[in-house]
Amino acid sequence: METLVNLAQHYNYVVTIFLMLAGLYIVIARGNMIKKLIGLSIFQTSVYLLYIEPAKIIGGTAPIIDPAFKVYSNPLPHVLILTAIVVGVATIALGLALVVRINEAYGTVEEAEVLEKDRDR
Amino acid sequence: MSAVWPHLPALQVVVPLLGAVLAAFARSGRTAFVIALLVSWLMPVFAVAILRQTLTAGAISYHLGGWEPPWGIEYRVDVLNAYVIALVSIVGAAIMPFARRSIAFEIEGWREPWFYCMYLLCLTGLLGIAITGDAFNAFVFLEISSLSTYVLIALGANRRALLAAFQYLIVGTIGATFYVIGIGLVYLVTGTLNVVDMAARLGQAWLSQPQTVIAALAFITVGVSLKLALFPLHSWLPNAYAYAPSWVTAFLAATATKVAIYLLVRFYFSVFGAAIEIGALPIADIIVVLSLAAMFIASAIATFESDLKRMLAYSSVAQIGYITLGIGLANQAGLTGGLVHIVNHALMKAALFLSVGAILYRGGGVRLEQLAGVGRKMPLTMAAFTIAGLGLIGVPGTSGFISKWYLAVGAIDGGSWFLVLLILGSSLISIVYVGRVLEIAWLREPAPEIAQAGDPPLSMLLPTLALAAATIYFGFDTELTVGIAGEAAKSLLGGLR
Repeated sequence: METLVNLAQHYNYVVTIFLMLAGLYIVIARGNMIKKLIGLSIFQTSVYLLYIEPAKIIGGTAPIIDPAFKVYSNPLPHVLILTAIVVGVATIALGLALVVRINEAYGTVEEAEVLEKDRDR
Repeated sequence: MSAVWPHLPALQVVVPLLGAVLAAFARSGRTAFVIALLVSWLMPVFAVAILRQTLTAGAISYHLGGWEPPWGIEYRVDVLNAYVIALVSIVGAAIMPFARRSIAFEIEGWREPWFYCMYLLCLTGLLGIAITGDAFNAFVFLEISSLSTYVLIALGANRRALLAAFQYLIVGTIGATFYVIGIGLVYLVTGTLNVVDMAARLGQAWLSQPQTVIAALAFITVGVSLKLALFPLHSWLPNAYAYAPSWVTAFLAATATKVAIYLLVRFYFSVFGAAIEIGALPIADIIVVLSLAAMFIASAIATFESDLKRMLAYSSVAQIGYITLGIGLANQAGLTGGLVHIVNHALMKAALFLSVGAILYRGGGVRLEQLAGVGRKMPLTMAAFTIAGLGLIGVPGTSGFISKWYLAVGAIDGGSWFLVLLILGSSLISIVYVGRVLEIAWLREPAPEIAQAGDPPLSMLLPTLALAAATIYFGFDTELTVGIAGEAAKSLLGGLR
């Protein structure tokens, strides 16, 4: 019971871990390269949440020095994740570009079929 | 010059990055090559200057943009960083002249400027990982080097290179993301990203949140191990090495995995090892067992490979096992052996893959049966291959012997005699696969396809021979490699709790 309450209180982390595992599962279980990339993207996005959640303080503002505000959110994780988002976008873009090239070279984006086509040569 | 000198650590990253931009604007492969060559030859000058400074005056702390650590990003260079930076930049400079003809031969003309652009970006990333003292900054550089590596691999002539690049992209991104998760967990319990600051605060976190610290250690281990191809996380490596352009394979084999190994060493010894009783965790045992598995299983696979590039790729996985074995032993001789092998293996593997590139350039094939008699037609190239191959086995008189000697001494110091036998045993397997190639190349009659072949032009021959010569040189004069590696090992072990 205590565990359940604990999980419910940290439901945001439960969601994050679920997304993490779901993304990783898609990458491993799917043979379609586009789906693999979608899984990879979900996996990366869940990590953005992992960083952002503890940094956000309920009722906190941006860190502006002003006597009117006392509670601030931590800006550093937000900045880090901005960088990570850019990296993620670049990765997915490059991955999709490779899939386009693979589709041109093999006529399919299913990993099993691609491997099959190279086997008989 | 004196105005530039204090900014050497930043130049390590800035110069290749600017070079990459210039190369991207170049219209012809030749212009881009000249830019890449100039940058590659400039980097060792900086690297050696930094190395000298760390050896004489101790660690350098460079505050990027003038922001004090731990708030700003700190480039922190001690002997270990400087050693890795020197390796990467010297290998880059040594093999660069080879690239012009080999790359013009293996990839389409309009892609050449982009190739040099990607190489320089990759160099930026690798040097950046090695020089930064900020864990998240290391992730960004890791991705810069990885993304450009995927492109470099995809430039291979065979369409399988595309699939190899895609598979590496998936695995590499998972690895990098695991690393970020690990860093995120450490940040949650310490509130810092600066590795020195992290080491100072992690001990406190260990008392209150041991599970989080263990999880972080596990994530970082798995993530970085994927990048350094620690067995059994090496699945991406054989295809990536086999289908990438020859020069790219030589560069990656010599530098990319080595920089990832550096990152692992840094976290084990300078961050986690300095803050918590890492010996109480079974991590060293796990590393030793996986290293042994790599040394035996990957070597065994190499003996059954019929494709020379794939064979050498599996041999790389095995040789990485020796390096991680030294890390797992974690005593003065063992760690020195592992760190020395980083340089020794880089030099010999670069020589081997350059020889393969030269054979391809001269119209030969890389399947073993196509290599028949290639030694008689290309004697100097195969001489370099032979020397480096003997280095892989660890024959006395080559640098490979020195690494294995220190590893064996480390194993005895660690009280495990059977490890010495296992190191010897795995060397015997490498005799089989190296010997097989040498027999085919030297003793068989040349095939008609390579009847016209001869040694490649000097621009390709000299780098190959120079690396092979270095394999012999460092087998006799060990003051430079073992001296610096021993110094680095001493400071790493001295920092352990």
